Amino acid sequence: MADVKFIVDGKQLTAPAGTLLIDACKSSGIEIPAFCYYPGLSLQAACRMCVVRIEKMPKLQTACTTPVTEGMVVATETPEIAQARKATLQLLLGNHPLDCPVCDAGGECELQDMTFKYGAADSFYAEPKNHREEQKWSPVVYFDRPRCILCYRCVRMCGEGMDVFALGIQNRGSSSVIAPNIPAELSPDHLAHVDCEQCGMCIDACPVGALTSGTYRYKTRPWEMNHVGTVCTHCGDGCKTTLGVRSTSDGSEIVRGDNRDKSGINGDFLCNKGRYAFDFANNENRITQPLVRQPNGELKPVSWEVALDYVGKELRQRRDARGGKSIGVIGSNRITNEEAYLLQKFARTVLGTNNIDHHRTADYVSFAQALAGQKDRTASLRDTLTAPAILIVGGDPTIQAPGTAWNIRTNVRNNRGRLYVANSAEIKLRRQAKSFLRLAPFGYSAFASYLAGNAASASEAATDINALSTFRDTIKAEEKLLILIGSELRGQDLKALIDFGLTIPGAKFALISDYANSRGAADMGLLPDMLPGYTPLAGNTTFAEYDTPSAPGLDLLEIFEAAGKGELSALYVVGSNPVTRYGIDPESLKDTFVVVQEMFLTETAALADVILPAANLYEKSGSVTNSYGDLQLVKKAGDRAGVRSDFEMIVRIADKMGANMQALVPFGKGTRADMGQSRGAQSGEADRHSVWLTANNLEPKLSPFDPFAILDEIQRLVPGYNLLRLQLLSGNDQHLQPAAPAPLVQVGSRRDLVLPANDSLFTSGTLGRYSTMLSDLQHNESLRPPTGLTQIETAAD
Amino acid sequence: MSEIANTIFSPELADRFDKLVTIYPLKRSALVPMLLYAQDEVGYVSDAVVAELAERLDLLELDVRNVLSYYSMLRTKPAGRYNVQVCTNISCMLRGGYEILDHCKHTLGIGHKETTKDGVFSLEEVECIGACCWAPAIQVNYDFHENLTPAKVDVLFKMYRDGKGKDEK
Repeated sequence: MADVKFIVDGKQLTAPAGTLLIDACKSSGIEIPAFCYYPGLSLQAACRMCVVRIEKMPKLQTACTTPVTEGMVVATETPEIAQARKATLQLLLGNHPLDCPVCDAGGECELQDMTFKYGAADSFYAEPKNHREEQKWSPVVYFDRPRCILCYRCVRMCGEGMDVFALGIQNRGSSSVIAPNIPAELSPDHLAHVDCEQCGMCIDACPVGALTSGTYRYKTRPWEMNHVGTVCTHCGDGCKTTLGVRSTSDGSEIVRGDNRDKSGINGDFLCNKGRYAFDFANNENRITQPLVRQPNGELKPVSWEVALDYVGKELRQRRDARGGKSIGVIGSNRITNEEAYLLQKFARTVLGTNNIDHHRTADYVSFAQALAGQKDRTASLRDTLTAPAILIVGGDPTIQAPGTAWNIRTNVRNNRGRLYVANSAEIKLRRQAKSFLRLAPFGYSAFASYLAGNAASASEAATDINALSTFRDTIKAEEKLLILIGSELRGQDLKALIDFGLTIPGAKFALISDYANSRGAADMGLLPDMLPGYTPLAGNTTFAEYDTPSAPGLDLLEIFEAAGKGELSALYVVGSNPVTRYGIDPESLKDTFVVVQEMFLTETAALADVILPAANLYEKSGSVTNSYGDLQLVKKAGDRAGVRSDFEMIVRIADKMGANMQALVPFGKGTRADMGQSRGAQSGEADRHSVWLTANNLEPKLSPFDPFAILDEIQRLVPGYNLLRLQLLSGNDQHLQPAAPAPLVQVGSRRDLVLPANDSLFTSGTLGRYSTMLSDLQHNESLRPPTGLTQIETAAD
Repeated sequence: MSEIANTIFSPELADRFDKLVTIYPLKRSALVPMLLYAQDEVGYVSDAVVAELAERLDLLELDVRNVLSYYSMLRTKPAGRYNVQVCTNISCMLRGGYEILDHCKHTLGIGHKETTKDGVFSLEEVECIGACCWAPAIQVNYDFHENLTPAKVDVLFKMYRDGKGKDEK
């Protein structure tokens, strides 16, 4: 819309017509206080804090509901306004308890700030305060009624933002109260509860301490914590979560997870896992000492030196005696890009094997190959917030990727985005959809082939053929379509769907996976037949400096088959639990030397000869890539004495094996310069890494344990990872587009190894069961009859 | 035939509700009249009433409770057979409304929004019932009694106790 000019506090401002005065002022650095106003939610004008004086208007006006108009003259801070705000605060404080010294929100409370600012701490009310006991609505949501100032942010957040509608307003006047959807009289324990997704957005939105979180309440004060903005380890959305950490006798404990600065890729949103499920890191069952299996079968704690010596010696012996082909490596979905890259480089150049794989939760190989040669065809998570039209085929973002679902709901609500959903189940997002197409069970393959032009598969795709053809015509008519693809589509089906999408000029794609770095694991080449960046093993020049076996290695299942046949001498597992996930027979590993890097004694770790206690994603630095290909920085928040990062462990094992460390991790200066002493393809060449660093104005890293040494190499070698350093270091996200290089490898000849995690809102792979809060929430959920909100098949492990 | 299977309301009221939901531009606009009619038939707004109205109007039960709790004339607990509503707004107050209320409390042995043990009477202090010209006034169910004194109230209570009240529920 056209811009209008207006004057606020004597300053000439300009904003698009229709902008709310409060927003226009905010973007010009003039703060107007408000409790009930929340950007993006419907307007309430309940709190009367944002009153301003507008010339030629009688009485004070609420800035949160007044759109700017041409020539408007506004005053935001005058004695008259200060008096009005002070009076409002005195009313609000009429029933508000003076328990700031114990309240969770103390120090972060908007009411407290405003009371200080307007000096309304003295009350004229002699009436006794209306006290009510606090209520436990769920294991994570507590309600302190007297602290509530009735701004209704939580009610709107839950209804409009989350599409859950678990909170309402009951009674009236000064006895008004926020009420949850299970009233006390209908509850088995005669206490009010919420039946909802437990996302905690109501707590986040609460301007005071009326809604508090079960994990954090009464634990500490905001100023006693360090606040570290990092990336959530749970689903593939890669939301930014701010962890509040506090020193303990054995490291640094995470006390709170929230969305404090709202600067991340997730905007306002954080789901229950990001907010509460950090507590696995504080679990007392964590392994904090290396364990080595003794001849009598017991696991005995040993020093790091002993354990690493033993692993290095055993792996070297087995490699030298039976060859690299007899060793298998399994990587993780939750380690950083640097660790994943280092792990595959270690496997390929030190162990000399391509037998490397990870638990795949979406078919990124086919995705990259189907988009080979295309530019700007992949979507960022941010695009889901602004795309004019979105098609979701398969998947259930509400449960698998709550941040994506939040963005889509916000887009539909605020930008009138058009949502199209094709799914074999009635997923919750259909409620926002312009058009919902119910596919036949297992009908995704037929649907993709129908879209690609094969009319014969219509009857297999959906029962309602007319709806199917209308649906196809509608999405074909969209000019800018964002196509979100669930993990149900793999190989040829995925390619067919993408080929169809490519006929729409403005279409962009994203493939949804299940863990923090599932995408990064695939991008970094934790694959038996692909080098990082989906580079084919044979005939590539990018990784020529690697001395890599050219034949494809064994995939995850073949590794275990080989073990069963006695052909596997050693197995190296980093942060993964394949034994339960793939139902591996423990017997098959009895002749294999198994090394596991893990936090807990999982089913896989229990079979290991050596267990090395690992740090988790909240305890290390590096970068991760979300489902969409958005790269973000991971910062170290928590700490636990005794554990080490996977990065350090890989480096130390390689060292103990006698590897050339500077070839593995490029650190130090000019170390690989070759002045013609050696022979071969690289003979006589300068150190390429060093040349590249100089050309990019980067310093060589000084330590082999610096993940950024590997990040340098990733940036130099991995196609598509041409990242911006400053963007990464300042904690911003950036969209990367790794696609397979041009000579196309035939999609579809590969084995389908995708196994979705099938996590519910309250599970998170193997990690979830070590989170007390997630267990409590699962138990809480089991107390109620199924509502269909959160029901999905629970993960196998 | 009711739109809702196994309705808890009488066939007449169910039919009335079926029609009521069709006559407003927004379905949920029918909520307040439906709550009132349902209360008249059932005696109070029970959990079953909330559930059925929510189903009829495509609302959440929470939405129904939000509206229900706003209005003081809607009850969620059963009232006595005769619900005595004593006005204490200005005209009645000036003409002795509080005396009437105190007398009722004393005679019936119950307080505001309470019901006698035998379930015959319940008592409520209410806002203006529109009988200012004949204050003080009380309303028993839908029946008005005006120009009252404590003695007249005793007569009224006896009449109702003997089953001679006009508005029987």
